[in-house]
Amino acid sequence: MAAAAASPRDPHGRKRKCRPGACSGWVSPRRFPAAVCTSMDCYTANWNPLGDSAFYRKYELYSMDWDLKEELRDCLVAAAPYGGPIALLRNPWRKEKAASVRPVLDIYSASGMPLASLLWKSGPVVSLGWSAEEELLCVQEDGAVLVYGLHGDFRRHFSMGNEVLQNRVLDARIFHTEFGSGVAILTGAHRFTLSANVGDLKLRRMPEVPGLQSVPSCWTVLCQDRVAHILLAVGPDLYLLDHAACSAVTPPGLAPGVSSFLQMAVSFTYRHLALFTDTGYIWMGTASLKEKLCEFNCNIRAAPKQMVWCSRPRSKERAVVVAWERRLMVVGDAPESIQFVLDEDSYLVPELDGVRIFSRSTHEFLHEVPAASEEIFKIASMAPGALLLEAQKEYEAASFGKCFLDRFPPDSFVRMCQDLRVLNAIRDYHIGIPLTYSQYKQLTIQVLLDRLVLRRLYPLAIQICEYLRLPEVQGVSRILAHWACYKVQQKDVSDEDVARAINQKLGDTPGVSYSDIAARAYGCGRTELAIKLLEYEPRSGEQVPLLLKMKRSKLALSKAIESGDTDLVFTVLLHLKNELNRGDFFMTLRNQPMALSLYRQFCKHQELETLKDLYNQDDNHQELGSFHIRASYAAEERIEGRVAALQTAADAFYKAKNEFAAKATEDQMRLLRLQRRLEDELGGQFLDLSLHDTVTTLILGGHNKRAEQLARDFRIPDKRLWWLKLTALADLEDWEELEKFSKSKKSPIGYLPFVEICIKQHNKYEAKKYASRVSPEQKVKALLLVGDVAQAADVAIEHRNEAELSLVLSHCTGATDGATADKIQRARAQAQKK
Amino acid sequence: MAAHLSYGRVNLNVLREAVRRELREFLDKCAGSKAIVWDEYLTGPFGLIAQYSLLKVNELFGFSNKCCFLCSEDRRGPTRDFHILFVPRRSLLCEQRLKDLGVLGSFIHREEYSLDLIPFDGDLLSMESECAFKECYLEGDQTSLYHAAKGLMTLQALYGTIPQIFGKGECARQVANMMIRMKREFTGSQNSIFPVFDNLLLLDRNVDLLTPLATQLTYEGLIDEIYGIQNSYVKLPPEKFAPKKQGDGGKDLPTEAKKLQLNSAEELYAEIRDKNFNAVGSVLSKKAKIISAAFEERHNAKTVGEIKQFVSQLPHMQAARGSLANHTSIAELIKDVTTSEDFFDKLTVEQEFMSGIDTDKVNNYIEDCIAQKHSLIKVLRLVCLQSVCNSGLKQKVLDYYKREILQTYGYEHILTLHNLEKAGLLKPQTGGRNNYPTIRKTLRLWMDDVNEQNPTDISYVYSGYAPLSVRLAQLLSRPGWRSIEEVLRILPGPHFEERQPLPTGLQKKRQPGENRVTLVFFLGGVTFAEIAALRFLSQLEDGGTEYVIATTKLMNGTSWIEALMEKPF
Repeated sequence: MAAAAASPRDPHGRKRKCRPGACSGWVSPRRFPAAVCTSMDCYTANWNPLGDSAFYRKYELYSMDWDLKEELRDCLVAAAPYGGPIALLRNPWRKEKAASVRPVLDIYSASGMPLASLLWKSGPVVSLGWSAEEELLCVQEDGAVLVYGLHGDFRRHFSMGNEVLQNRVLDARIFHTEFGSGVAILTGAHRFTLSANVGDLKLRRMPEVPGLQSVPSCWTVLCQDRVAHILLAVGPDLYLLDHAACSAVTPPGLAPGVSSFLQMAVSFTYRHLALFTDTGYIWMGTASLKEKLCEFNCNIRAAPKQMVWCSRPRSKERAVVVAWERRLMVVGDAPESIQFVLDEDSYLVPELDGVRIFSRSTHEFLHEVPAASEEIFKIASMAPGALLLEAQKEYEAASFGKCFLDRFPPDSFVRMCQDLRVLNAIRDYHIGIPLTYSQYKQLTIQVLLDRLVLRRLYPLAIQICEYLRLPEVQGVSRILAHWACYKVQQKDVSDEDVARAINQKLGDTPGVSYSDIAARAYGCGRTELAIKLLEYEPRSGEQVPLLLKMKRSKLALSKAIESGDTDLVFTVLLHLKNELNRGDFFMTLRNQPMALSLYRQFCKHQELETLKDLYNQDDNHQELGSFHIRASYAAEERIEGRVAALQTAADAFYKAKNEFAAKATEDQMRLLRLQRRLEDELGGQFLDLSLHDTVTTLILGGHNKRAEQLARDFRIPDKRLWWLKLTALADLEDWEELEKFSKSKKSPIGYLPFVEICIKQHNKYEAKKYASRVSPEQKVKALLLVGDVAQAADVAIEHRNEAELSLVLSHCTGATDGATADKIQRARAQAQKK
Repeated sequence: MAAHLSYGRVNLNVLREAVRRELREFLDKCAGSKAIVWDEYLTGPFGLIAQYSLLKVNELFGFSNKCCFLCSEDRRGPTRDFHILFVPRRSLLCEQRLKDLGVLGSFIHREEYSLDLIPFDGDLLSMESECAFKECYLEGDQTSLYHAAKGLMTLQALYGTIPQIFGKGECARQVANMMIRMKREFTGSQNSIFPVFDNLLLLDRNVDLLTPLATQLTYEGLIDEIYGIQNSYVKLPPEKFAPKKQGDGGKDLPTEAKKLQLNSAEELYAEIRDKNFNAVGSVLSKKAKIISAAFEERHNAKTVGEIKQFVSQLPHMQAARGSLANHTSIAELIKDVTTSEDFFDKLTVEQEFMSGIDTDKVNNYIEDCIAQKHSLIKVLRLVCLQSVCNSGLKQKVLDYYKREILQTYGYEHILTLHNLEKAGLLKPQTGGRNNYPTIRKTLRLWMDDVNEQNPTDISYVYSGYAPLSVRLAQLLSRPGWRSIEEVLRILPGPHFEERQPLPTGLQKKRQPGENRVTLVFFLGGVTFAEIAALRFLSQLEDGGTEYVIATTKLMNGTSWIEALMEKPF
């Protein structure tokens, strides 16, 4: 408790002058959050009852020292909800007629810290407002809407339509819906135009209000069933405009005697509507105008400066806050109201659960006291919380007490402590985002982090991520990436330094996309920096396309090759092919063997001619030779064409010093011509037979002479020629010729093949003729083939060859060869004795 | 549905479920009943991911370039929505093509389905990328390497960061580089999964060109060599599987090929798949005895309880009997091949080459094969094997073979020969030095005493030859590559080691006796024999390492050479 109470950051922020050492070291787990810590004695002192059931309190968030030179009433003011920034446009045109003095646009944090200040150089501004992304929308008289960032950086502009140019914009409202932020304008022709989402601009011109001759006394944007409507008051009448029609509406239970509506207010959630009439009467009801909630007569007939709703989600209490020059009134369903005196010119900012009120010197928050606080602090409360408080220990007591509750999960307690700690940190004067717990929950931590990033509060955002242990990808990495994107925009720092600084901080942090950062750098015109940053990008799939976009195709090519991703290489190759002239393209390929092979593959399927050029360029004669061989088969029908293609191939092979291939190709040319001649002279099919088959075909056709000639011409080795003839003659079953052939000279392949082939043709008789001529080593085999087991056994015994003996034995079948088998067994036994 | 994926040390069902979920998410996006038009090539791999329960396939026909269309139909009207799913990647060229054809805009959803690694078995993943080897080594196209790296990232996302990466070869180096790059890209999503894999070993296929060329001699390897296993299915000649019914007289023999799924879900297959084929017979006959004994039990069942128990075991026994019958038939089919003289001769030549005999001159058997016009692939496998076992052939020998091939099989194969030369499978010996003997001796690639029945060394998978790639994996785990620096320098490409630091909380404290898990990724394909060898190492009692295997393609010498062949007409 002591530590907590001593915290300089009490909710009133009054002690802001003793600055808590920036935000370093704020994550100290042992310290307790201090947002609600205060001494109990004064806690209810600023509670004001409204009726019987609710209390409202107003407390100071910050004392502002923004040194405003002018009164707020002289400025156009816009304050973003959720503790957002405040924009002031001083010197609006309606006062200063002298055009020579340029107005100044100032942007402050909610605590009054200056964020930006710029001279307004554009046209007269009618209205200012903040979008949900905390972009400042400045609606000009000519219908142009200029969009600025939090730091006064111009983002973009758009127009609310051409007709506005003539008629001028009289008034404008910026409103927020679930789709984003919208703009509604009232033109000089008393027509309304609105766009429900400025991110996706679709202008809707609202229908005319019949008989509308003057400016409505007040108007507002309602949002019902996801559609934006406009409610306007003209004299005693109210009209509702949707995009199809204009209808007159009457609030139920409205007191009589109203001749004009002076002010209207719609609640933060668009659920409720309040109307202030010229009789000093306030009607409060649902925004659908179907139900009245309550009414109040304040007896002040002057038009209020501002009127806003002040209620909290899930609370039954309804109240509106009405502000005049020097008076602030909270009215609700009660006969009495709460009244405050305003010392200064003030401005009201409606929030989800209350109203912020700022002036030149202070920034306060007015809200309904939450039920929980009420239970604890209300005088004579007997609620458990109040009883616990009796122990004078507040959170420390809770912390202490929870040790005794073994079934109470500590998670929610821990989470609450963490949340409060975050809220305290961002409420700090330097940061200036005064969020309540409900606002924070509504906003979500992700959006809060985005807003910190928007304010370039990177270190704090990172500390929060780390403190809340958010996953790196959603948390720290994202923030670092934002930081880097900001960093690349710093034009005064050299590319070298920026790249190094970014890499130092980001390193290989997971989830950081260097290519996104590089894309941003490229977007700012810093191509060199982008390339440097891309060096750090490990994902080639991201890196390469960006390099291509930046026209660094050659670099992209080497990166793609490094990745090994062939598809990526193809992407670059096809890009390069279109970008470079053929010569340069080939030269580039030449230095990149991997790309070259891939491109060759591509050409093989799609551009054969290019493939040839590629081989030519590289003097790759061997491949050129193969290329022409393929061509001779694929492209050419005529024999002359085929031979010509083969000639080219042969020439290439000679150049490649591949004698063998060259000679073989020439032989083939010779063979082709010869086959052609054979076809002409003998008929039949010769083309594309192998030499071997050509000779065989000739023998089968009985052209032995020709066959001999061919074999000689092409130097078929003797052995193979014998096999060839043997096979062919056996196929013809020309046994006579075969025998003649066998006796023509000593067979270079022996005579076993003769035996085998005769057996194959089932001619045992012929086979036997050759068996005797088989060489001794093969004799056993031959004899077995012709079925002479007994003689085979004799030979085997003679050879004293164990393998042969077993072979013969395996051929001995049952009864017939019984004697032979015995003989072998005896021979074996004898051999073993020796 | 895929329980066999979860039996291994690493539960690969996790991966399967992840890819299934992704597919289902896409399908859910397309409302209404759907007709799917497939790239024909995709149906196989998709079958491993999703059964028909997930996909009700209405139509099947081919479309180029690996994508699948989805048309979802709104019953109420004649309008049809078209969607396209690119597998494994939405590529620029593909989209460009669709754009050129003017249809790109008609697809409502255009998405990619990054199906990189597909779980095939409890310890086996494959990308089934047919052309990976060709693209990498012939065409300089590293797309498949990029996908391999992506697949490894997916794997790490599911099974934790792999703390150590080893590699050998140019492609391995590149995949490792890409992984390290990609890790930087993903720094956002800190991986907090306890690492399942201890090591990753990336191996280029071109570090070991020899192994796939040799004929695999394990049961599964031989099935693949002879009939070809596609997406874990094999099609077999139906005759042997004809139901033996009496009085049928063999009238209507089935004409349609018998299609069988082969994976470890089948108990018997899991037991015999990795055995040397010579050891399979004894297991099958032992199993036959056990099963018939189990069926005999019924005569001993006296009490109602005993009968009930017997009956309850019946389905399992019948399944076992069916499985036994199938594998007995398959074994018979294979035996017909392996006992043929030509198979024996071929094997003899292969083994001579691998043990370094007569690798430097023209081989008679190869010559005869050419002269008799045996299948070209067989000839090419042998010639390449000889070239690899001799660190390239003498120019004269090489030219002789090439000439023989061109004259016999046709000149057009010159393109295939060029491809083989470019891939290094066939080459002239340069510098006149044959490095293979050094490699063979240092890595003990040839073992003379092989025990095919109860193996003690990985060389049993080729009856003598120990696959080089697996030997490298074995030596890496013990005693480490430092002991073979010299050989590593002879083999192509760099060897390297990378560490991926783990956050302190995820560092493993190994229990004594707890095995390491190593993921071996074969870039460019792996054979079943190599897989068998790694499984053998996993099962060694004092091995200390268990292996999970990943690859770009499950292949054998035949499919490998086939992919490298080029037919111009």
